Amino acid sequence: MARQVELLDAPFNPGSYVGPFTNAHPGLGGVCTFVGEVRSDDDVEALELSHYAPLTLAGMEALADEALGRFDLMGILIVHRVGEMQPGEPIVLVSACARHRRAAIQAVDFAMDHLKSDAWFWKRERRGGVWTWIEPREEDHADLARWRETPEKV
Amino acid sequence: MSVKLVFLGKLADLAGLPEMTVEAPLDWVSLVEGLEAGLAEAIEGDKVRLALNGTVLADKRTLDAGEGDEVALLPPVSGG
Repeated sequence: MARQVELLDAPFNPGSYVGPFTNAHPGLGGVCTFVGEVRSDDDVEALELSHYAPLTLAGMEALADEALGRFDLMGILIVHRVGEMQPGEPIVLVSACARHRRAAIQAVDFAMDHLKSDAWFWKRERRGGVWTWIEPREEDHADLARWRETPEKV
Repeated sequence: MSVKLVFLGKLADLAGLPEMTVEAPLDWVSLVEGLEAGLAEAIEGDKVRLALNGTVLADKRTLDAGEGDEVALLPPVSGG
């Protein structure tokens, strides 16, 4: 099983990751990919994600391993941006390939719910030239709770 | 040699800088006493966690840092 996890401090092209990742898994039955971008909300000028190197990448690798253990996957790819981003730029890419679609789809959903609420990132946005820190959202924690029960491996 | 403090998220804004060094050894009480009042109050909040050399402490009050150690002050994450 292949695991590819990267933290990037410059803009990236999701397609340039998904192509090779898919090609590296001949015989797959399905590949599911999610790309998150900086939303063009009202007057948001920029988003900045900060991280703490000793925790952030290790945490993402542990998450990828958890997904590999929980779902019947052939491989998982997680790429996450840090630094300052403009609306429309990709922030996160999660892709999973599997023999059967449900494992791939659920693994991506699982990884995204954890990245959104439980990963070592701090986020602030700039509106009208003023930076404001983003507080954790209740919805994100509710999304995480969906995965607390351990279902049968799919 | 000393202990390096790393401030993350809004704690970096409160501290006015991302990192600083303090004298070793450093425990929880000396950490709080050594920080400016607003910052000390912020890190005493339940939601702020500490990591010592990249490992998150289960109880930040057990902090015991020595020469060359790095202590990260971690506010609640806002997610990716």
